[in-house]
Amino acid sequence: MTDYIIGHYAYWFTFILMMIGFYGMTMKKNLVKKLIGMNIFQVSIIIFYVSTAVKWGGTVPVLDLNISIADTSKYINPLQHCLMLTAIVVGVATTGVAFALSISIFKRYKTLDEAVLIERMIKDNESDK
Amino acid sequence: MNLTNNSPVLIPLLFLSTGIMTPVLAMKKEWLARWIALGASAASVALSIFNLIRVINVGKPIHYKLGNWNPSLGIEYVLDHLSAFVILVINAIAFLVLIYAKKSIESELPGKEVPYYASVLLMLCGFNGMMITGDLFNLYVFLEICSLTLYGLIAVGEKKSSMAAFTYLIMGTIAGCFYLLGVGFLYIKTGSLNMADVRAILPFMLDQPAVVIGLCFMTLGLGIKMALFPLHGWLPDAYTYAPSVSSALIAPTGTKVASYVLIRIFYFVFGITFVSKTLPVADIISWLAVVGIIYGSIMAIAQKELKRMLAYSTVAQVGYIGLGIGLANPFGLIGAVLHILNHAVMKACLFLVSGNFRLKLGHSNIFKLDNTIRKKMPWTMAAFTIAALSMVGLPPMAGFFSKWYLALGTIEKGNWLFLAAILVSTLLNAVYFFRILEKVYMKPIDSQSSNTHEQGTYHDHSVKENEETVKRDEVSPSMLFPTLTLAAALVVLGILNAIIVDGVIKYIIPKGL
Repeated sequence: MTDYIIGHYAYWFTFILMMIGFYGMTMKKNLVKKLIGMNIFQVSIIIFYVSTAVKWGGTVPVLDLNISIADTSKYINPLQHCLMLTAIVVGVATTGVAFALSISIFKRYKTLDEAVLIERMIKDNESDK
Repeated sequence: MNLTNNSPVLIPLLFLSTGIMTPVLAMKKEWLARWIALGASAASVALSIFNLIRVINVGKPIHYKLGNWNPSLGIEYVLDHLSAFVILVINAIAFLVLIYAKKSIESELPGKEVPYYASVLLMLCGFNGMMITGDLFNLYVFLEICSLTLYGLIAVGEKKSSMAAFTYLIMGTIAGCFYLLGVGFLYIKTGSLNMADVRAILPFMLDQPAVVIGLCFMTLGLGIKMALFPLHGWLPDAYTYAPSVSSALIAPTGTKVASYVLIRIFYFVFGITFVSKTLPVADIISWLAVVGIIYGSIMAIAQKELKRMLAYSTVAQVGYIGLGIGLANPFGLIGAVLHILNHAVMKACLFLVSGNFRLKLGHSNIFKLDNTIRKKMPWTMAAFTIAALSMVGLPPMAGFFSKWYLALGTIEKGNWLFLAAILVSTLLNAVYFFRILEKVYMKPIDSQSSNTHEQGTYHDHSVKENEETVKRDEVSPSMLFPTLTLAAALVVLGILNAIIVDGVIKYIIPKGL
């Protein structure tokens, strides 16, 4: 059991990081804090991917003349890193759109606090009637 | 440059290039944006038809290697009956809505045409890419492309739309990340991202916990994207507050594409025996879908805003598709795929009608709709009536046949509760659509001025007077044409459903189902 926990320590930390992000996204009342949670959440998944590429004693996947090409166990898997480059770009773009949205929310409601926002939205509903 | 060989890749490429080029080309000439969007969309419809015919002629999936890299190293695009069919549906709907868009955008979003059309093109690029790709990670990238533009298209609507888009962004990001995480687990185990490869390798490692967790995460992510019942929280607000054109574009296409991906993952990556027999995932999906069907219908009855009612009705209709996927038998799958087509046409038509109301009446509040509309907008109301009847599922309309296949699927499965749910929801559909039809068609036209008339002659007289005084105030032909085309399509699709099922959908059913 102890071996199991210690042997997978990278996954546990990723999991904790992910839950922190998830908590921020769902429980925090301030929209910017939600976005911070969102970024932590995305980063945890990036770390998860990258950690799966690790090999003990592996080196960067660039041809080393001392190691033969066929000896793939000496090179770490580069694919995850490439995938995560795309995921990072996606994350940046999402954050950008999210900030643009929060600016537009702030312009319309003059607040970024969810409780106040809902209050003002309900007020709008009543004035519509 | 060989058109036939390269036809699978052309549609996403077309939308991607035009989407990026639109802001540049239309910088000085803003009217150009609309024509670029229309042209690209028309070309995509032609290409989709070409692709579908090609697939039907070849009779087996067409694999396209991007950059001539072999699959598992490179990205592969796969054109089979399922993807070619759904691509045609989505592109045709988008084309009709884009014809419609001009006046509605001019009145709701003055001065924002160029970025709007550019976003629409990028969104369509994302949708088409999601449907045609045979690579799990490539699908994620396209999913995010279309999600990002969806947030933008929703956020430009009325005051509350930015908050609705923000909620959607939070939930959509969770969905995307869950999907990515699921792909990660699959990749760890299979070492490949190509769907066909993963399909070939997976049978040897189905007992591994990582594969199970991967399936769960992917299902969860796609469930959020397709607004399956407990995960539908973002949908009603987003569809209600978005501009009319956005609603009409997104409601018929967005959830359908996610449903398509779910079918792809369930039936073509994991294999349905694993999803339905080994693990009860398909069962859970169908139970949630049934709850969603009833819940969405009841919530739709409780709404007083037409667009919001349609949004809740979407939750219910996505439930039908989810039910068809979860039944895991041929009739269920046929019903689900046919309902993707039918519901896309019905919802597009209904949202266009609500857009017509918004443009001409300035609102789409159900309680403010009255009997003068039948005189003011006879064609719009005719389209609404046909679409409403189809939603309820009266036989000559398209909506009946997909429900019929779903009902056959539930009978084959032997689950009478599901059958009851389909029938009850039909009644509930009737309630929320007929209350509008009743308000508009059943009452004789009278107005407040007629109250002063004498009691005896009051009725006939006032009708005669007001039938003449209410002027026709129909929307312009460019908006009416798509609305009526979609309405007519419902009747045509209903009559032709046997041809569609025999010619295309029958071949979708994977072996061993």
